[in-house]
Amino acid sequence: MTATHGAPGPTRRERYEARARRRGSAIALGSTVAVLLALVVLIPLAPGWEAVKKSFFNAEIFARTFPGLLQAFLLDVAIFAWCAPIIAIWALVIALARDVRSPALYPLRLFAVIYTDIFRGIPVILIVYLIGFGIPGLGLQRPWNSPYIWGSLALILTYSAYVAEIYRSGIESVHASQRAAALSLGLSRADMMRFVVLPQAIRRVVPANMNMLIALQKDVALLSFIGPVEVLRQAGVYKSLLANFTPYVVAAIIFLCVTIPATRYADYLIAKQNRARS
Amino acid sequence: MAKLELRGVQKRFRGADVLRGLDLSVDNGDMVCLIGASGSGKSTLLRCINLLDPIDDGEIRLDGQDISAPELDPQPVRQRIGLVFQSFNLFPHMTAEENVMLAPRRIKRQGREALRPEIAALFARFGLDDRMGHYPDQLSGGQQQRVAIIRALAMRPEIMLFDEITSALDPELVGEVLDVLRQLKSEGMTMVMATHEMSFAREVADKVCFLSDGHILEQGPPAQLFERPEHARTAAFLRAVL
Repeated sequence: MTATHGAPGPTRRERYEARARRRGSAIALGSTVAVLLALVVLIPLAPGWEAVKKSFFNAEIFARTFPGLLQAFLLDVAIFAWCAPIIAIWALVIALARDVRSPALYPLRLFAVIYTDIFRGIPVILIVYLIGFGIPGLGLQRPWNSPYIWGSLALILTYSAYVAEIYRSGIESVHASQRAAALSLGLSRADMMRFVVLPQAIRRVVPANMNMLIALQKDVALLSFIGPVEVLRQAGVYKSLLANFTPYVVAAIIFLCVTIPATRYADYLIAKQNRARS
Repeated sequence: MAKLELRGVQKRFRGADVLRGLDLSVDNGDMVCLIGASGSGKSTLLRCINLLDPIDDGEIRLDGQDISAPELDPQPVRQRIGLVFQSFNLFPHMTAEENVMLAPRRIKRQGREALRPEIAALFARFGLDDRMGHYPDQLSGGQQQRVAIIRALAMRPEIMLFDEITSALDPELVGEVLDVLRQLKSEGMTMVMATHEMSFAREVADKVCFLSDGHILEQGPPAQLFERPEHARTAAFLRAVL
Protein backbone atom coordinates (compact mmCIF):
# COMPACT_ATOMS: atom_id res chain seq x y z
CA MET A 1 0.00 0.00 0.00
CA THR A 2 1.63 3.21 -1.08
CA ALA A 3 0.13 6.64 -1.03
CA THR A 4 -1.46 7.40 -4.38
CA HIS A 5 -0.48 11.05 -4.25
CA GLY A 6 1.96 13.23 -2.35
CA ALA A 7 5.52 12.14 -1.53
CA PRO A 8 6.44 8.42 -1.69
CA GLY A 9 7.16 6.57 1.56
CA PRO A 10 5.04 5.53 4.52
CA THR A 11 1.80 7.39 5.16
CA ARG A 12 1.11 9.14 8.48
CA ARG A 13 -1.08 6.20 9.54
CA GLU A 14 1.66 3.69 8.66
CA ARG A 15 4.30 5.62 10.64
CA TYR A 16 1.96 5.76 13.64
CA GLU A 17 1.18 2.03 13.47
CA ALA A 18 4.87 1.07 13.12
CA ARG A 19 5.65 3.11 16.25
CA ALA A 20 2.79 1.46 18.15
CA ARG A 21 3.94 -2.01 17.06
CA ARG A 22 7.52 -1.40 18.22
CA ARG A 23 6.31 -0.11 21.57
CA GLY A 24 3.94 -3.10 21.99
CA SER A 25 6.70 -5.61 21.19
CA ALA A 26 9.04 -4.02 23.72
CA ILE A 27 6.44 -4.18 26.49
CA ALA A 28 5.58 -7.82 25.70
CA LEU A 29 9.24 -8.80 25.76
CA GLY A 30 9.88 -6.98 29.03
CA SER A 31 6.94 -8.57 30.88
CA THR A 32 7.75 -12.07 29.57
CA VAL A 33 11.36 -11.82 30.75
CA ALA A 34 10.20 -10.57 34.16
CA VAL A 35 7.81 -13.53 34.61
CA LEU A 36 10.42 -16.08 33.50
CA LEU A 37 13.01 -14.61 35.83
CA ALA A 38 10.59 -14.79 38.74
CA LEU A 39 9.87 -18.48 37.99
CA VAL A 40 13.53 -19.40 37.63
CA VAL A 41 14.43 -17.59 40.83
CA LEU A 42 11.41 -18.44 42.99
CA ILE A 43 10.73 -22.12 42.27
CA PRO A 44 14.19 -23.35 43.39
CA LEU A 45 13.59 -21.50 46.68
CA ALA A 46 10.80 -24.00 47.54
CA PRO A 47 11.92 -26.41 50.31
CA GLY A 48 11.22 -29.59 48.26
CA TRP A 49 12.82 -28.37 45.04
CA GLU A 50 15.98 -30.48 45.25
CA ALA A 51 13.96 -33.70 45.71
CA VAL A 52 11.53 -32.83 42.89
CA LYS A 53 14.42 -31.97 40.61
CA LYS A 54 16.07 -35.31 41.29
CA SER A 55 12.98 -37.47 40.76
CA PHE A 56 11.27 -35.55 37.89
CA PHE A 57 13.97 -33.67 36.01
CA ASN A 58 16.90 -36.06 36.18
CA ALA A 59 19.07 -35.41 33.14
CA GLU A 60 20.89 -38.71 33.32
CA ILE A 61 17.66 -40.75 33.49
CA PHE A 62 16.18 -38.58 30.78
CA ALA A 63 19.01 -39.54 28.42
CA ARG A 64 18.84 -43.23 29.38
CA THR A 65 15.09 -43.69 28.93
CA PHE A 66 14.41 -41.39 25.99
CA PRO A 67 15.33 -43.88 23.19
CA GLY A 68 13.24 -46.67 24.74
CA LEU A 69 10.28 -44.38 25.26
CA LEU A 70 10.51 -43.01 21.74
CA GLN A 71 10.50 -46.59 20.52
CA ALA A 72 7.39 -47.33 22.61
CA PHE A 73 5.74 -44.19 21.26
CA LEU A 74 5.87 -45.71 17.76
CA LEU A 75 3.25 -48.17 18.98
CA ASP A 76 1.01 -45.22 19.94
CA VAL A 77 1.50 -43.81 16.47
CA ALA A 78 0.69 -47.17 14.88
CA ILE A 79 -2.51 -47.62 16.91
CA PHE A 80 -3.48 -44.05 16.05
CA ALA A 81 -2.71 -44.64 12.38
CA TRP A 82 -5.03 -47.59 11.99
CA CYS A 83 -7.80 -46.20 14.21
CA ALA A 84 -8.10 -42.77 12.55
CA PRO A 85 -9.18 -43.86 9.04
CA ILE A 86 -11.60 -46.45 10.42
CA ILE A 87 -13.15 -43.77 12.67
CA ALA A 88 -13.48 -41.40 9.70
CA ILE A 89 -15.45 -43.98 7.73
CA TRP A 90 -17.51 -45.55 10.52
CA ALA A 91 -18.51 -42.12 11.84
CA LEU A 92 -19.75 -41.15 8.39
CA VAL A 93 -21.86 -44.30 8.25
CA ILE A 94 -23.39 -43.44 11.65
CA ALA A 95 -24.00 -39.81 10.63
CA LEU A 96 -25.75 -40.86 7.41
CA ALA A 97 -27.74 -43.58 9.18
CA ARG A 98 -29.32 -40.90 11.37
CA ASP A 99 -30.68 -39.18 8.29
CA VAL A 100 -32.27 -42.14 6.48
CA ARG A 101 -35.92 -41.50 5.67
CA SER A 102 -37.17 -44.85 4.39
CA PRO A 103 -39.48 -46.50 6.97
CA ALA A 104 -37.95 -49.89 6.19
CA LEU A 105 -34.58 -48.56 7.35
CA TYR A 106 -35.96 -47.13 10.58
CA PRO A 107 -34.04 -49.71 12.68
CA LEU A 108 -30.82 -48.34 11.21
CA ARG A 109 -31.75 -44.84 12.28
CA LEU A 110 -32.71 -46.04 15.74
CA PHE A 111 -29.40 -47.90 16.02
CA ALA A 112 -27.44 -44.75 15.11
CA VAL A 113 -29.29 -42.69 17.73
CA ILE A 114 -28.76 -45.26 20.48
CA TYR A 115 -25.15 -45.77 19.41
CA THR A 116 -24.17 -42.11 19.71
CA ASP A 117 -26.05 -41.77 23.00
CA ILE A 118 -24.26 -44.74 24.54
CA PHE A 119 -20.73 -44.08 23.36
CA ARG A 120 -20.81 -40.37 24.06
CA GLY A 121 -22.20 -41.04 27.50
CA ILE A 122 -19.55 -43.41 28.89
CA PRO A 123 -15.96 -42.41 29.79
CA VAL A 124 -13.43 -43.71 27.28
CA ILE A 125 -11.43 -45.54 29.94
CA LEU A 126 -14.54 -47.51 30.95
CA ILE A 127 -15.18 -48.58 27.35
CA VAL A 128 -11.53 -49.57 27.06
CA TYR A 129 -11.83 -51.75 30.18
CA LEU A 130 -15.19 -53.27 29.28
CA ILE A 131 -14.25 -54.16 25.70
CA GLY A 132 -10.56 -54.77 26.29
CA PHE A 133 -11.10 -57.25 29.12
CA GLY A 134 -14.66 -58.33 28.34
CA ILE A 135 -14.41 -59.60 24.80
CA PRO A 136 -11.13 -61.59 25.15
CA GLY A 137 -12.79 -63.04 28.29
CA LEU A 138 -15.16 -64.90 25.96
CA GLY A 139 -12.32 -67.39 25.51
CA LEU A 140 -11.18 -66.30 22.07
CA GLN A 141 -8.06 -67.88 20.63
CA ARG A 142 -4.97 -66.07 19.36
CA PRO A 143 -4.82 -63.66 17.61
CA TRP A 144 -8.41 -62.74 18.53
CA ASN A 145 -7.65 -62.23 22.20
CA SER A 146 -5.15 -59.45 21.43
CA PRO A 147 -5.59 -56.29 23.51
CA TYR A 148 -4.48 -54.31 20.44
CA ILE A 149 -7.60 -55.33 18.54
CA TRP A 150 -10.09 -54.78 21.35
CA GLY A 151 -8.40 -51.69 22.71
CA SER A 152 -8.44 -50.18 19.23
CA LEU A 153 -12.09 -51.17 18.84
CA ALA A 154 -12.91 -49.35 22.08
CA LEU A 155 -11.27 -46.16 20.78
CA ILE A 156 -12.92 -46.53 17.36
CA LEU A 157 -16.40 -47.01 18.83
CA THR A 158 -16.09 -44.05 21.19
CA TYR A 159 -14.48 -41.59 18.82
CA SER A 160 -16.84 -42.49 15.98
CA ALA A 161 -19.77 -41.36 18.10
CA TYR A 162 -18.23 -37.90 18.51
CA VAL A 163 -17.01 -37.60 14.93
CA ALA A 164 -20.46 -38.68 13.66
CA GLU A 165 -21.97 -35.72 15.52
CA ILE A 166 -19.36 -33.42 13.97
CA TYR A 167 -20.25 -34.72 10.50
CA ARG A 168 -23.92 -34.17 11.26
CA SER A 169 -23.33 -30.57 12.28
CA GLY A 170 -21.47 -30.12 8.98
CA ILE A 171 -24.29 -31.69 6.99
CA GLU A 172 -26.83 -29.45 8.68
CA SER A 173 -24.70 -26.36 8.04
CA VAL A 174 -25.05 -26.75 4.26
CA HIS A 175 -27.73 -24.28 3.29
CA ALA A 176 -31.15 -25.57 2.26
CA SER A 177 -30.82 -23.69 -1.04
CA GLN A 178 -28.00 -26.05 -2.05
CA ARG A 179 -30.30 -29.03 -1.53
CA ALA A 180 -33.09 -27.27 -3.40
CA ALA A 181 -30.76 -26.58 -6.34
CA ALA A 182 -29.66 -30.23 -6.47
CA LEU A 183 -33.20 -31.58 -6.23
CA SER A 184 -34.54 -29.10 -8.79
CA LEU A 185 -32.18 -30.63 -11.35
CA GLY A 186 -33.80 -33.99 -10.77
CA LEU A 187 -30.98 -35.54 -8.73
CA SER A 188 -31.93 -38.29 -6.28
CA ARG A 189 -31.59 -37.63 -2.54
CA ALA A 190 -28.62 -40.01 -2.40
CA ASP A 191 -26.83 -38.15 -5.21
CA MET A 192 -27.66 -34.80 -3.60
CA MET A 193 -26.02 -36.02 -0.40
CA ARG A 194 -23.01 -37.57 -2.11
CA PHE A 195 -22.13 -34.88 -4.64
CA VAL A 196 -23.50 -31.64 -3.20
CA VAL A 197 -23.96 -31.80 0.57
CA LEU A 198 -21.19 -34.13 1.84
CA PRO A 199 -18.25 -32.56 -0.05
CA GLN A 200 -19.14 -29.17 1.44
CA ALA A 201 -19.98 -30.56 4.89
CA ILE A 202 -16.76 -32.56 5.25
CA ARG A 203 -14.62 -29.59 4.24
CA ARG A 204 -16.30 -27.40 6.83
CA VAL A 205 -15.67 -29.79 9.71
CA VAL A 206 -11.98 -30.45 8.96
CA PRO A 207 -10.82 -28.16 11.83
CA ALA A 208 -13.23 -29.77 14.30
CA ASN A 209 -12.06 -33.21 13.23
CA MET A 210 -8.42 -32.13 13.60
CA ASN A 211 -9.17 -31.50 17.26
CA MET A 212 -10.65 -34.99 17.55
CA LEU A 213 -7.48 -36.44 15.99
CA ILE A 214 -5.33 -34.68 18.57
CA ALA A 215 -7.52 -35.99 21.39
CA LEU A 216 -7.34 -39.49 19.90
CA GLN A 217 -3.55 -39.34 19.74
CA LYS A 218 -3.49 -38.69 23.47
CA ASP A 219 -6.17 -41.23 24.36
CA VAL A 220 -4.22 -44.04 22.70
CA ALA A 221 -2.24 -44.00 25.97
CA LEU A 222 -5.35 -45.35 27.72
CA LEU A 223 -4.72 -48.73 26.09
CA SER A 224 -1.75 -49.10 28.44
CA PHE A 225 -4.29 -50.10 31.10
CA ILE A 226 -5.19 -53.29 29.24
CA GLY A 227 -1.75 -54.46 28.21
CA PRO A 228 0.00 -52.96 25.17
CA VAL A 229 3.43 -51.64 26.16
CA GLU A 230 3.11 -48.24 24.58
CA VAL A 231 4.81 -45.08 25.82
CA LEU A 232 2.81 -44.59 29.04
CA ARG A 233 3.22 -48.20 30.13
CA GLN A 234 6.90 -48.18 29.16
CA ALA A 235 7.37 -45.05 31.27
CA GLY A 236 5.71 -46.91 34.15
CA VAL A 237 8.12 -49.80 33.68
CA TYR A 238 11.11 -47.44 33.77
CA LYS A 239 9.69 -45.66 36.81
CA SER A 240 9.53 -48.94 38.77
CA LEU A 241 12.93 -49.98 37.50
CA LEU A 242 14.75 -46.73 38.26
CA ALA A 243 12.60 -45.45 41.15
CA ASN A 244 12.33 -42.11 39.34
CA PHE A 245 9.49 -40.14 37.72
CA THR A 246 11.55 -38.57 34.94
CA PRO A 247 10.31 -41.12 32.33
CA TYR A 248 6.80 -39.68 32.76
CA VAL A 249 8.14 -36.22 31.96
CA VAL A 250 9.89 -37.67 28.92
CA ALA A 251 6.62 -39.29 27.79
CA ALA A 252 4.80 -35.97 28.25
CA ILE A 253 7.40 -34.17 26.16
CA ILE A 254 7.15 -36.78 23.40
CA PHE A 255 3.35 -36.30 23.29
CA LEU A 256 3.73 -32.53 23.17
CA CYS A 257 6.15 -32.78 20.24
CA VAL A 258 3.27 -34.25 18.23
CA THR A 259 0.21 -32.54 19.67
CA ILE A 260 1.46 -28.94 19.75
CA PRO A 261 2.25 -28.75 16.01
CA ALA A 262 -1.04 -30.54 15.30
CA THR A 263 -2.98 -28.08 17.48
CA ARG A 264 -1.31 -25.13 15.81
CA TYR A 265 -2.20 -26.57 12.42
CA ALA A 266 -5.84 -27.00 13.47
CA ASP A 267 -5.91 -23.39 14.70
CA TYR A 268 -4.47 -22.30 11.38
CA LEU A 269 -7.19 -24.19 9.51
CA ILE A 270 -9.92 -22.62 11.66
CA ALA A 271 -8.49 -19.13 11.12
CA LYS A 272 -8.30 -19.75 7.39
CA GLN A 273 -11.92 -20.90 7.33
CA ASN A 274 -13.07 -17.86 9.31
CA ARG A 275 -11.25 -15.58 6.89
CA ALA A 276 -12.87 -17.33 3.92
CA ARG A 277 -16.31 -16.93 5.48
CA SER A 278 -16.03 -13.22 6.25
CA MET B 1 -53.71 -28.09 -25.00
CA ALA B 2 -51.62 -25.89 -22.76
CA LYS B 3 -48.06 -26.98 -21.95
CA LEU B 4 -48.58 -26.23 -18.28
CA GLU B 5 -51.94 -25.96 -16.58
CA LEU B 6 -52.61 -25.11 -12.93
CA ARG B 7 -56.08 -25.51 -11.47
CA GLY B 8 -57.16 -24.43 -8.00
CA VAL B 9 -53.65 -24.74 -6.57
CA GLN B 10 -53.52 -24.25 -2.80
CA LYS B 11 -50.43 -24.05 -0.61
CA ARG B 12 -50.27 -23.46 3.12
CA PHE B 13 -47.14 -22.78 5.17
CA ARG B 14 -47.59 -23.22 8.92
CA GLY B 15 -51.22 -22.23 8.75
CA ALA B 16 -50.70 -19.25 6.43
CA ASP B 17 -52.40 -19.53 3.03
CA VAL B 18 -49.81 -18.60 0.43
CA LEU B 19 -51.63 -19.83 -2.66
CA ARG B 20 -55.45 -19.84 -2.54
CA GLY B 21 -56.89 -21.66 -5.50
CA LEU B 22 -54.60 -20.33 -8.19
CA ASP B 23 -55.32 -21.01 -11.89
CA LEU B 24 -52.72 -20.51 -14.62
CA SER B 25 -52.24 -21.75 -18.13
CA VAL B 26 -48.98 -21.55 -20.09
CA ASP B 27 -48.90 -22.32 -23.83
CA ASN B 28 -46.02 -23.95 -25.65
CA GLY B 29 -43.25 -21.48 -26.44
CA ASP B 30 -44.78 -18.72 -24.34
CA MET B 31 -43.04 -16.48 -21.84
CA VAL B 32 -45.29 -15.80 -18.86
CA CYS B 33 -44.21 -13.15 -16.34
CA LEU B 34 -45.48 -13.19 -12.77
CA ILE B 35 -45.50 -9.80 -11.10
CA GLY B 36 -46.70 -8.73 -7.68
CA ALA B 37 -45.52 -7.48 -4.32
CA SER B 38 -43.05 -9.44 -2.18
CA GLY B 39 -44.91 -12.20 -0.38
CA SER B 40 -47.62 -12.44 -3.02
CA GLY B 41 -46.65 -16.08 -3.67
CA LYS B 42 -44.56 -15.80 -6.87
CA SER B 43 -41.59 -17.83 -5.57
CA THR B 44 -43.81 -20.36 -3.83
CA LEU B 45 -45.72 -20.90 -7.08
CA LEU B 46 -42.52 -21.67 -9.00
CA ARG B 47 -41.23 -24.01 -6.29
CA CYS B 48 -44.57 -25.81 -6.33
CA ILE B 49 -44.46 -26.29 -10.12
CA ASN B 50 -40.96 -27.81 -9.77
CA LEU B 51 -42.35 -30.02 -6.94
CA LEU B 52 -39.81 -28.68 -4.44
CA ASP B 53 -42.78 -27.72 -2.26
CA PRO B 54 -45.76 -30.10 -2.44
CA ILE B 55 -49.10 -28.40 -3.02
CA ASP B 56 -51.96 -29.01 -0.60
CA ASP B 57 -54.82 -29.07 -3.09
CA GLY B 58 -55.64 -28.52 -6.73
CA GLU B 59 -53.60 -29.92 -9.59
CA ILE B 60 -50.66 -29.11 -11.85
CA ARG B 61 -50.64 -30.63 -15.34
CA LEU B 62 -47.61 -30.83 -17.61
CA ASP B 63 -48.61 -31.90 -21.12
CA GLY B 64 -51.88 -33.06 -19.62
CA GLN B 65 -50.22 -35.33 -17.02
CA ASP B 66 -51.09 -34.59 -13.40
CA ILE B 67 -47.63 -34.09 -11.89
CA SER B 68 -48.92 -32.92 -8.51
CA ALA B 69 -50.39 -36.28 -7.43
CA PRO B 70 -49.02 -36.81 -3.88
CA GLU B 71 -48.06 -40.43 -4.60
CA LEU B 72 -45.99 -39.47 -7.66
CA ASP B 73 -42.17 -39.67 -7.54
CA PRO B 74 -41.09 -36.05 -8.07
CA GLN B 75 -37.59 -36.86 -9.35
CA PRO B 76 -38.39 -37.66 -13.03
CA VAL B 77 -40.77 -34.69 -13.18
CA ARG B 78 -38.12 -32.25 -11.95
CA GLN B 79 -35.82 -33.44 -14.73
CA ARG B 80 -38.36 -32.05 -17.23
CA ILE B 81 -38.65 -28.66 -15.49
CA GLY B 82 -35.68 -26.32 -15.09
CA LEU B 83 -35.62 -23.89 -12.15
CA VAL B 84 -33.22 -20.95 -11.72
CA PHE B 85 -32.97 -19.24 -8.34
CA GLN B 86 -32.56 -15.63 -7.26
CA SER B 87 -29.29 -16.40 -5.44
CA PHE B 88 -27.85 -18.65 -8.21
CA ASN B 89 -27.23 -21.58 -5.81
CA LEU B 90 -24.28 -22.87 -7.77
CA PHE B 91 -22.35 -25.64 -6.02
CA PRO B 92 -19.30 -23.76 -4.66
CA HIS B 93 -16.97 -26.77 -4.60
CA MET B 94 -17.36 -27.47 -8.32
CA THR B 95 -16.19 -25.60 -11.40
CA ALA B 96 -18.77 -24.10 -13.73
CA GLU B 97 -18.41 -27.10 -16.01
CA GLU B 98 -18.80 -29.59 -13.16
CA ASN B 99 -21.89 -27.73 -11.94
CA VAL B 100 -23.47 -28.13 -15.36
CA MET B 101 -22.34 -31.74 -15.85
CA LEU B 102 -23.43 -33.19 -12.52
CA ALA B 103 -27.09 -33.86 -13.29
CA PRO B 104 -26.60 -35.25 -16.85
CA ARG B 105 -23.76 -37.45 -15.59
CA ARG B 106 -25.78 -38.92 -12.76
CA ILE B 107 -29.18 -39.09 -14.40
CA LYS B 108 -28.37 -39.88 -18.02
CA ARG B 109 -25.40 -42.02 -16.91
CA GLN B 110 -23.09 -40.48 -19.50
CA GLY B 111 -19.34 -40.02 -19.02
CA ARG B 112 -17.63 -36.65 -18.82
CA GLU B 113 -15.98 -37.09 -22.22
CA ALA B 114 -19.23 -38.04 -23.92
CA LEU B 115 -20.95 -34.99 -22.43
CA ARG B 116 -18.18 -32.45 -22.99
CA PRO B 117 -18.97 -31.40 -26.61
CA GLU B 118 -22.62 -30.76 -25.77
CA ILE B 119 -21.80 -28.88 -22.56
CA ALA B 120 -19.07 -26.83 -24.26
CA ALA B 121 -21.56 -25.87 -26.98
CA LEU B 122 -24.00 -24.68 -24.29
CA PHE B 123 -21.33 -22.51 -22.66
CA ALA B 124 -20.35 -21.13 -26.06
CA ARG B 125 -23.97 -20.35 -26.91
CA PHE B 126 -24.16 -18.01 -23.92
CA GLY B 127 -20.66 -16.56 -24.31
CA LEU B 128 -19.09 -18.33 -21.33
CA ASP B 129 -16.80 -20.84 -23.05
CA ASP B 130 -13.75 -19.23 -21.41
CA ARG B 131 -15.24 -19.63 -17.92
CA MET B 132 -15.92 -23.37 -17.85
CA GLY B 133 -12.97 -24.14 -15.56
CA HIS B 134 -13.72 -21.33 -13.09
CA TYR B 135 -15.19 -21.83 -9.63
CA PRO B 136 -18.34 -19.85 -8.75
CA ASP B 137 -16.46 -17.43 -6.48
CA GLN B 138 -14.20 -16.53 -9.41
CA LEU B 139 -17.20 -15.41 -11.48
CA SER B 140 -19.24 -12.21 -11.41
CA GLY B 141 -22.85 -12.41 -10.30
CA GLY B 142 -24.06 -12.15 -13.88
CA GLN B 143 -21.74 -14.94 -14.98
CA GLN B 144 -22.82 -17.12 -12.06
CA GLN B 145 -26.46 -16.66 -12.94
CA ARG B 146 -25.79 -17.52 -16.59
CA VAL B 147 -23.97 -20.69 -15.47
CA ALA B 148 -27.00 -21.53 -13.31
CA ILE B 149 -29.23 -21.15 -16.37
CA ILE B 150 -26.90 -23.37 -18.42
CA ARG B 151 -26.96 -25.92 -15.59
CA ALA B 152 -30.74 -26.11 -15.78
CA LEU B 153 -30.70 -26.23 -19.60
CA ALA B 154 -28.22 -29.12 -19.64
CA MET B 155 -31.04 -31.46 -18.61
CA ARG B 156 -32.92 -30.37 -21.77
CA PRO B 157 -36.02 -29.32 -19.84
CA GLU B 158 -39.37 -28.82 -21.57
CA ILE B 159 -40.08 -25.69 -19.55
CA MET B 160 -37.94 -23.25 -17.59
CA LEU B 161 -38.89 -21.42 -14.39
CA PHE B 162 -37.05 -18.28 -13.28
CA ASP B 163 -37.40 -16.98 -9.73
CA GLU B 164 -36.43 -13.27 -9.70
CA ILE B 165 -33.12 -14.21 -11.26
CA THR B 166 -31.89 -10.62 -11.61
CA SER B 167 -32.87 -9.36 -8.16
CA ALA B 168 -29.55 -10.25 -6.54
CA LEU B 169 -27.46 -8.69 -9.31
CA ASP B 170 -25.75 -5.32 -9.54
CA PRO B 171 -27.67 -3.17 -12.04
CA GLU B 172 -24.94 -3.28 -14.68
CA LEU B 173 -25.06 -7.10 -14.73
CA VAL B 174 -28.82 -7.44 -15.22
CA GLY B 175 -28.64 -6.93 -18.98
CA GLU B 176 -26.42 -9.93 -19.75
CA VAL B 177 -28.80 -12.26 -17.90
CA LEU B 178 -31.91 -10.84 -19.55
CA ASP B 179 -30.19 -11.29 -22.94
CA VAL B 180 -30.02 -15.01 -22.21
CA LEU B 181 -33.78 -15.04 -21.68
CA ARG B 182 -34.37 -13.17 -24.95
CA GLN B 183 -32.24 -15.76 -26.70
CA LEU B 184 -34.19 -18.64 -25.12
CA LYS B 185 -37.45 -16.97 -26.08
CA SER B 186 -36.32 -16.72 -29.71
CA GLU B 187 -35.45 -20.43 -29.63
CA GLY B 188 -39.00 -21.26 -28.57
CA MET B 189 -38.45 -22.24 -24.91
CA THR B 190 -41.56 -22.23 -22.71
CA MET B 191 -40.85 -20.05 -19.67
CA VAL B 192 -42.45 -18.80 -16.47
CA MET B 193 -40.67 -15.97 -14.72
CA ALA B 194 -41.23 -14.15 -11.45
CA THR B 195 -39.77 -10.70 -11.91
CA HIS B 196 -39.59 -7.06 -10.94
CA GLU B 197 -38.13 -6.08 -14.35
CA MET B 198 -41.28 -4.44 -15.67
CA SER B 199 -39.77 -3.07 -18.88
CA PHE B 200 -38.41 -6.51 -19.72
CA ALA B 201 -41.82 -8.10 -19.05
CA ARG B 202 -43.46 -5.51 -21.26
CA GLU B 203 -40.98 -6.20 -24.06
CA VAL B 204 -40.72 -9.99 -24.04
CA ALA B 205 -43.70 -11.54 -22.22
CA ASP B 206 -46.62 -13.09 -24.05
CA LYS B 207 -48.66 -12.87 -20.89
CA VAL B 208 -48.26 -10.99 -17.63
CA CYS B 209 -50.00 -12.18 -14.44
CA PHE B 210 -50.47 -9.97 -11.39
CA LEU B 211 -50.44 -12.03 -8.21
CA SER B 212 -52.15 -10.75 -5.13
CA ASP B 213 -53.27 -12.60 -1.99
CA GLY B 214 -52.37 -16.03 -3.32
CA HIS B 215 -54.15 -15.92 -6.65
CA ILE B 216 -53.90 -14.26 -10.02
CA LEU B 217 -55.94 -11.11 -9.75
CA GLU B 218 -55.47 -10.08 -13.32
CA GLN B 219 -53.69 -11.37 -16.42
CA GLY B 220 -53.30 -10.49 -20.06
CA PRO B 221 -50.90 -9.40 -22.78
CA PRO B 222 -48.39 -6.86 -21.42
CA ALA B 223 -49.80 -3.98 -23.46
CA GLN B 224 -53.24 -4.52 -21.96
CA LEU B 225 -52.13 -5.17 -18.36
CA PHE B 226 -49.62 -2.34 -18.19
CA GLU B 227 -51.66 0.26 -20.10
CA ARG B 228 -55.23 -0.55 -19.04
CA PRO B 229 -55.27 -2.55 -15.80
CA GLU B 230 -58.82 -3.48 -14.81
CA HIS B 231 -58.32 -3.73 -11.08
CA ALA B 232 -57.52 -0.84 -8.79
CA ARG B 233 -54.95 -3.00 -6.94
CA THR B 234 -53.09 -3.78 -10.17
CA ALA B 235 -53.05 -0.13 -11.07
CA ALA B 236 -51.78 0.82 -7.60
CA PHE B 237 -48.98 -1.77 -7.79
CA LEU B 238 -47.92 -0.61 -11.25
CA ARG B 239 -47.94 3.03 -10.16
CA ALA B 240 -45.67 2.11 -7.24
CA VAL B 241 -43.07 0.21 -9.29
CA LEU B 242 -42.98 2.05 -12.62
